[in-house]
Amino acid sequence: MTALSTEQTHDRTAPAPEPGEQPVSDNLPLTPSQLKAFGEEMDAIRQRIIASLGEEDADYIHRVVKAQRAFEVAGRALFYVPPAWPLAVAALSVSKILDNMEIGHNVMHGQYDWMGEPGLSSRMYEWDNVCPSEQWKYSHNYIHHTFTNIVGKDRDIGYGILRMDADQKWHPYYLGNPVYAFLLMVFFEWGVAMHDLEVENIVAGKRKISENAALHRGIMRKVKRQALKDYLLFPALTGPLFPLTLAGNATANLVRNIWAFNIIFCGHFPAGVATFSVEETENESRGQWYLRQLLGSANITGGKLFHLMTGNLSHQIEHHLFPDLPARRYPEVAAEVQEICERYGLEYHTGPLGKQLFSVAAKICRFALPDRASDVPGLSTLAGAAGLVTRFVSRRPSVAVVPDAA
Amino acid sequence: MGLATTILQSRAVAALASPHGVDRYLELVNPMWAATEVRARVVDVHRETTGEHPVATITLQPTSTWRGHRAGQYVQVGVEVPGARRTTRCFTISSAASAPGERFTLTVRAHSEGLVSKFLVERAEPGLVVHLSQAQGDFTLVESPATPTNNHLLFITGGSGITPAMSMVRTLLRDGYDGHVGRRVTFLHYARGPEDQVFADELASWADADNGVRVVLRHESAGDPRFSAIDLARLVPDFREVDTWVCGPAGLMELVELAYDGSPRLRTERFKPPVVKAGSAEGDVVFSRAGTQAANSGAPLLEQAEAAGLTPEFGCRMGICFSCTARKSEGTVRNVLTGEESSLPDEEIRICVSAPVGDCVVDL
Ligand code: FES
Repeated sequence: MTALSTEQTHDRTAPAPEPGEQPVSDNLPLTPSQLKAFGEEMDAIRQRIIASLGEEDADYIHRVVKAQRAFEVAGRALFYVPPAWPLAVAALSVSKILDNMEIGHNVMHGQYDWMGEPGLSSRMYEWDNVCPSEQWKYSHNYIHHTFTNIVGKDRDIGYGILRMDADQKWHPYYLGNPVYAFLLMVFFEWGVAMHDLEVENIVAGKRKISENAALHRGIMRKVKRQALKDYLLFPALTGPLFPLTLAGNATANLVRNIWAFNIIFCGHFPAGVATFSVEETENESRGQWYLRQLLGSANITGGKLFHLMTGNLSHQIEHHLFPDLPARRYPEVAAEVQEICERYGLEYHTGPLGKQLFSVAAKICRFALPDRASDVPGLSTLAGAAGLVTRFVSRRPSVAVVPDAA
Repeated sequence: MGLATTILQSRAVAALASPHGVDRYLELVNPMWAATEVRARVVDVHRETTGEHPVATITLQPTSTWRGHRAGQYVQVGVEVPGARRTTRCFTISSAASAPGERFTLTVRAHSEGLVSKFLVERAEPGLVVHLSQAQGDFTLVESPATPTNNHLLFITGGSGITPAMSMVRTLLRDGYDGHVGRRVTFLHYARGPEDQVFADELASWADADNGVRVVLRHESAGDPRFSAIDLARLVPDFREVDTWVCGPAGLMELVELAYDGSPRLRTERFKPPVVKAGSAEGDVVFSRAGTQAANSGAPLLEQAEAAGLTPEFGCRMGICFSCTARKSEGTVRNVLTGEESSLPDEEIRICVSAPVGDCVVDL
């Protein structure tokens, strides 16, 4: 169905603000009437894609699932051939990445629920990861996707561990920002599993340990299952090669952790991506919700294989605008979204992986330090030095946010 | 159960295949391999009648996981209808009771509204793989071929309702249960006309054989009498004292129930649970698990469920998190964000953004 021909979209211009109207805020630079038109354009895209879902999307996800299972079986089998160890690890890593990203994350978003296939249903899918899918769906699909980049509400801003935004108050604890980030990367699946326990809120006295009992049980059940197969059964099945297989399985999990962490951090933390205050987003209209998703996310440019391995989270913007559309449609939607952004004069954050990673790393280091000397309790003598460092870091070339032609 | 199945169903293999499960791997190698799920391959399609609502008998070879069925039971059949949407419907098994892993048949009438029945009758071909449940239902024959009694058995069926009775009589005859020691079977069937009569040849051969089975066919187009207690009493004078199985359209079922006047000998099977229509203009919403029904207010189902005192799960309440997903078994819903309407049966919907249009049944 092509209800909306491309020519039509290009002809249209963004509506001018109505007399006397003000943009919502500096961060959300459209007026209410513009937001309405903007939201309708986004809805139109969504509706068109939904109407065209069918065999091609089903074939695609079936192919990806088949490839993932094949990589997994190949990886497990290759551990019986010691010289093929690196290959085995590579195959298993690819399997875990596909399982978690292009399949698990997207299936759990309900992108394939329309197919009615129990194996691809958001209600039933369980991924190859220590975080139970039930809990992931709560913290990710609900909390993160609803309250995206609202400081104080979206717990994915720094995962309760890191300082990733100027609006998070500085504390000497955050001097360890780069170290915590590194540890979170290495242990990412565990970090994700612990995410729901809201440990930071327990420390702050805002949450009781007893509230976590049910979550704990769920996590422990899943951890046991994951550990049993990766760290006991499969290694044991390779007999004398036990230690090698164990190390291989651990490495595959590590590779997946590092990859997933980096892709995900490039989705919301490169420079220029906006965060929002709770007040700014009160009584938010649907158009404003779209705008917040757009300005609070960033894409990564790359080829087809790269997009597949990121689970199409390289199209983080499109994913946040349309979290329940099959991810393979994001590239086709991206062109339209960019065109709409140009008409409305909105930023569309994108860049190659290297650039985005550098930008994220700079941010992690930058927010390790206080913004003003006065933020540092009892360190007035060092204030000058800290200020110098701060100024130095913030003078780092900020990453351009020009839409990338690729 | 073979050794392979025992191994595949073991806890050790389940632990290795965690979290996806053994079947998610086996199905990729061969759709007929399964450890717990049941699937079947269509091995034969036989057209019984043509015309506006044609009937076909479909022979299925199930996977080894099929536990068999008792005569009179039904099975859920899921097929991928065009557009890659798996749709599931129940069908009564028409062949005699099956043992585990054994072939069985479904006799299906293509309804104009029935996505699955139309698909099976019009498009199923040998080789097609369908998804099954295990056999279900309590509308079964209690008479055991192993310890036969000489009770008189009476079957009253109408239209497609003939299938469970076929399965029962076929089982009796196959297992050597006949009338030589004074047992009798009366098979009374109502059809629109001879052209709509399924299993005509087999019924004729039952009638001719010396087996104690009496077949009475009533064809509306030939002016045969419709069901009445008087007509039935002419065939089976003490019918209220005879074990009776009845299955057919709602109108027939009501008349039979009236005639039996609460007799415990009557066993009934309906194709669809009766949906009570209270007649409100916007239709009614039925929350099938809670067993409540309310007039449709036009609001999203989540709000209507809450108003009815239910507490369904939810998160964002704006259609993005899928926390509130529930199965809509019947009816049309409109997506309040996009205005799209959808009438697919057995569809997963987000109740926070789905408002019913007319009558609607949700599994809540
Ligand atoms: S409550 Fe989030 S989709 Fe319905």
